[in-house]
Amino acid sequence: MKTLIRTLVALCVISILALGGTDNLARAQTPDDVLVVGQIAEPKSLDPQTVTAINDFRILMNVYDGLVRYKDGALEVEPALATAWQISEDGKSYTFTLREGVEFHDGTRFDAEAVKFNFDRMLDETHPYHDTGPFPLSFFFSAIEGVTVVDDMTVRFDLNEPYAPFLSNLAYPTGLIVSPAAVAKHGKDFGRNPVGTGAFEFAEWEGNTKVVVTRNDNYWDGNAELEAVIFRPITDANTRVAEMLSGGLDIMVEVPPDNVATFASDGDYNLLEQAGPHVWFLILNAKEGPMADKRVRQAVNYAINKKELVEDVLQGTAEIAAGPTPPAFAWAYNNSLTPYPYDPDKARSLIKEAGHEGAKLTFYVTEGGSGMLDPVPMGAAIQADLAKVGLDVEIETYEWNSFLDKVNPGLEGKADMAQMAWMTNDPDTLPFLALRTGAWPSEGGFNSGYYSNPKVDELLESARSATDQAERAKYYKEMQTIVRDDAPWVFVANWKQNAVASSRVDGFSLQPSFFLILKDTRKN
Amino acid sequence: MVGYIIKRLFYAVPVLLGLTVIVFFIMTLIPGDPATAILGSYATPENVERLNRQLGLDKPLVQQYFIWLMNILEGDFGRSYSLNRPVIDEITERFSATLILAGASLILCSILGLLAGVYTAVHQFGWGDRLITFLVLIGISLPSFWLGLLMIFLFAVTWKILPASGMFAIYGGGDFADLLIHLLLPATTLSIVATGVIARLTRASMLEVLRQDYIRTARAKGLEERKVIYRHAFRAALVNVIPVIGIQAGFVLGGAVYIETVFQWPGIGRMLVQAISTRDLLLVQGGVLIVAAAYVLFNLLADVVQHALDPRLKK
Repeated sequence: MKTLIRTLVALCVISILALGGTDNLARAQTPDDVLVVGQIAEPKSLDPQTVTAINDFRILMNVYDGLVRYKDGALEVEPALATAWQISEDGKSYTFTLREGVEFHDGTRFDAEAVKFNFDRMLDETHPYHDTGPFPLSFFFSAIEGVTVVDDMTVRFDLNEPYAPFLSNLAYPTGLIVSPAAVAKHGKDFGRNPVGTGAFEFAEWEGNTKVVVTRNDNYWDGNAELEAVIFRPITDANTRVAEMLSGGLDIMVEVPPDNVATFASDGDYNLLEQAGPHVWFLILNAKEGPMADKRVRQAVNYAINKKELVEDVLQGTAEIAAGPTPPAFAWAYNNSLTPYPYDPDKARSLIKEAGHEGAKLTFYVTEGGSGMLDPVPMGAAIQADLAKVGLDVEIETYEWNSFLDKVNPGLEGKADMAQMAWMTNDPDTLPFLALRTGAWPSEGGFNSGYYSNPKVDELLESARSATDQAERAKYYKEMQTIVRDDAPWVFVANWKQNAVASSRVDGFSLQPSFFLILKDTRKN
Repeated sequence: MVGYIIKRLFYAVPVLLGLTVIVFFIMTLIPGDPATAILGSYATPENVERLNRQLGLDKPLVQQYFIWLMNILEGDFGRSYSLNRPVIDEITERFSATLILAGASLILCSILGLLAGVYTAVHQFGWGDRLITFLVLIGISLPSFWLGLLMIFLFAVTWKILPASGMFAIYGGGDFADLLIHLLLPATTLSIVATGVIARLTRASMLEVLRQDYIRTARAKGLEERKVIYRHAFRAALVNVIPVIGIQAGFVLGGAVYIETVFQWPGIGRMLVQAISTRDLLLVQGGVLIVAAAYVLFNLLADVVQHALDPRLKK
């Protein structure tokens, strides 16, 4: 036993010495040209057509390009792998001229055949590589009837109906172009061996530890500044903050509201914020009960203190929403819209006028989910605000998947209000899927509150078939004015994406698309 | 002994099978399906139906279970839809990480727990006994995730002497020393509770043994006190402690879920939590099967060691 204890003590001493000796190695800062980014989760796959999470998109946008992309700091498209395009008179045919001399990271050539391969793989169930899916967001391109190779560097998309959001869908990660040769080589494992044309090429994926991408020295749009980027998945928010504070990260995304102030006041860090194409709202059941009366729907918009929600519950990580369209869609947003002011007196008189004083309401709340921010405290605050104007709100809380199972089929016979949040890439998506009469749950849409206004339907249809952006904008702006007044929802908040960068990081900015573009980022 | 081991392994089969049935049906009872989980706000009935078909989830439950079972018997754990890779690859990778973490903390808690237990028993009611018993009580009562965060805050954020999370350094590193550095905080945190349990049990067991006649005899024949305690008493006390260490191995595996989340350790506990939230049935089934098998094996191992130590059990 004595010898055992001696051995143990010796072992401890040796290991402490060993640890001390390598201490500098392990704690060493990463080199100047390698950037470490703290992500919120392990990516699911790096095959852009198979994923749905913003967390995966942050990596993908640096490894791949699409035919078009969003302009820096805006949600408007500009040329990327396509240099120009023509839209036919009837809005049903898009012809793209492709960029010459672009190669995938595996050395194969980017051409019209590659573009056709990408969309056929996703949409054609008989395509030899369709089994590398499933492709959950392929319905973004369900309007495509066929992709035709016109010549080596020209490709034409034929749509079954005019569909104006087509270009912004191409700018979405689902439209990023993958290397056909690499898909053929890796098959179902392509998502772990991604090959694109982007500013960085994939180097290594160590499960639950890191994804490494290195600079593409042959990039068509000027080479990136950084030698490499390491994406680290850190699911626990507290641990992510600790890693940032201890120097293990250069950039972290999605800073918890509780920690925003810490970083904002510390000179060693820069806090970045950017409002995105996100809207947090309450669906109101316009089909039955008190909410069928427009005055009651307006009343709850007046009764809820959105300023308090945004500043206290969300601690400044969101802005008050004025209508159904997020201001991040600058070109389509109606600037003349103002949020419903907090006015409990007006709310009370509207409810009285409608004869629904003291009405009992059922309110669906979720425990948390994609883009839902802090739903439980938000739900409680809303309940309290409505109690002040005499509405008796009963909350029912559900886990996210069960919540969607309850809400998506429609609120009829179940609830008067439900929380919801959407993040979209085009001003068309949300109103088209959630505010049209043709989008009632019975029709397969997301209009779970059964809002219906023929004028709104007409405006949304016109906006879809208009190919001129200014004309589309006009329709969307008018739609927003009507919807704000009809109040099918309580418009609550637009989430601001945030990130913290160490003061060594330069040339980094957040995009309204919520994508992370690192090509021009430097580290000093 | 070999016959005993084979018999025990044979008994493990229905346990594991029953477990997979239970897990399978619990998973299918949880509301929400994988397609809804993937599609989120885009989960129209039409999209959900199409995706479920592509995922092979449109077949009846019982049929799905038997397909899974037949595949397992052929060594095929299936493919995880949420990770888009074979389940067995993911499990192998992550279970090794958990074994390293759980193994290290099991060694740590066994050594510390036994030492503390023996010391407190021999010096019963001394100040050392009181101090250690008090510390053990605190250790058992502390929530481990909170302790983990506290450790990160002190060692990584404030003093910056140990890494906050991960298994290896993100840049460079990757050798054994690097692993040890990263193991230190999570393994210690994970071992605290088990150390307390083992220490208390060892103390009680030692106290009981020390009162036995043969100890008095050993002392009476003039044997050195050190030899009395470690040759005779400790060995006899160990017989009672070993099975508890086996059970603690199971708790350490279970506790690894929190610790892996806090320290971002790429282990199987965290994998299971994620797999449940994404409704990744095959991944959950595979993971549970492996963890349960490990639990059964640990207990068997503890029993075998106990048999070897206790002459009364040898027949």
